Amino acid sequence: MIPPAFTYRRASSVDEALGLAAEYGDDAKYLAGGHSLLPLMKLRFASPAVLIDLGRLSELSYVRDEGTHVAIGALTRHHDVATSLLLLADIPLLAHTAEAVGDPQIRHRGTIGGSVAHGDAASDLPASLLALDASFVVRGPSGTRTIPAAEFFRGIFETAIEPGELLTEIQVPKPANPAAWSFQKFTKRAIDWAIVGCAVQGNAVALVNMGTTPLRATAVENALASGAPIADAAALAAEGTSAGSDIHASKAYREHLARVLVKRALEEAAARS
Amino acid sequence: MKVELTVNGKEITADVEDRMLLVHFLRDVADLTATNIGCETTSCGACTVLLDGESVKSCTVLAAQADGRSVTTLEGLASDTGEMHPVQKAFHEEHGLQCGFCTPGMVMALVSLLKENPSPTEAEVRNGLEGNICRCTGYHNIVRAALAAASTGVNK
Repeated sequence: MIPPAFTYRRASSVDEALGLAAEYGDDAKYLAGGHSLLPLMKLRFASPAVLIDLGRLSELSYVRDEGTHVAIGALTRHHDVATSLLLLADIPLLAHTAEAVGDPQIRHRGTIGGSVAHGDAASDLPASLLALDASFVVRGPSGTRTIPAAEFFRGIFETAIEPGELLTEIQVPKPANPAAWSFQKFTKRAIDWAIVGCAVQGNAVALVNMGTTPLRATAVENALASGAPIADAAALAAEGTSAGSDIHASKAYREHLARVLVKRALEEAAARS
Repeated sequence: MKVELTVNGKEITADVEDRMLLVHFLRDVADLTATNIGCETTSCGACTVLLDGESVKSCTVLAAQADGRSVTTLEGLASDTGEMHPVQKAFHEEHGLQCGFCTPGMVMALVSLLKENPSPTEAEVRNGLEGNICRCTGYHNIVRAALAAASTGVNK
């Protein structure tokens, strides 16, 4: 399978990328690692006339200790997030979630910013970033703004990034108890997208693939806050979700998986902390 | 567009379509056909090569993205005198293949894995090969070959 024809442009700086995006408008898509976009193009689900390659923007590849939070450049690859000693120590949920993405070859190419900007509810990293209360820094023609995770994921493949803007950095607050984490993912094959997944950090619980966006399991969180035991709280995992049915699983089965995975995740996080 | 790649140590310049995939560049432009095209959907790993020393699936990298960078294919593993790479030798010794279609990708994935983790456990080898599918399901000998290659101290 070959992608539909397009014009390839390579940006050598963030300013150049923004300039190219302004020049080509809706005809252009940013290309980071390409491990979400190129497969979609091969399937003709996307056919941008222009790809703006961000792959050489090494200025956006970093994991930096900023005291109360860790700043991660949008072009940082999953492999580099997964093996970051800073993240393994201070935000292990994020490092281990990156390790769960795809396979080694995919992690050598795919980037955290690409995954987030793609806005796929079946992706692993957005759920963990939601559970961690991360913020997303975007740059556009009118400057820089920071969007909290709770407002970032809007719908199917839709985020709060406006046309012409570029996601440049992800800021992740260091959790009070880093060890209280768990990431659960139910797949048929190791490299598949999650049929359902669950990220837990402390009492924060986020779900993968239980709606059109990654979701906080608010009913579970509220139950935990009012002192409910894990089993009782986890039983509420499907409340407020809107899982779909597809070839992999029915809605009812996804809801069952959510309850099982949330229970496992809360138990594992509690055992680690 | 004009691209210049270093493939197995040799510079190759060509004018290619913007949408050309790296695997097609390797097979059709560089005339290196060890790299197989399997699923073409980033699933099977048959097209795995090294990009600047790290394993990637060449069906999901544009030749344009690899412009100016270094690619190693199976053909580039043996020494100049024709001596096989330790991972190739281990596949030979342990009979790490059946039909052989997945073998180039398996070997390249393992060369990359052993570079990152020179002494993997069996579980780490199996996890490290999660992106490579053997259609003969001949995984046991592939894993044996990986552990045998690691025991020779390759990449240490």
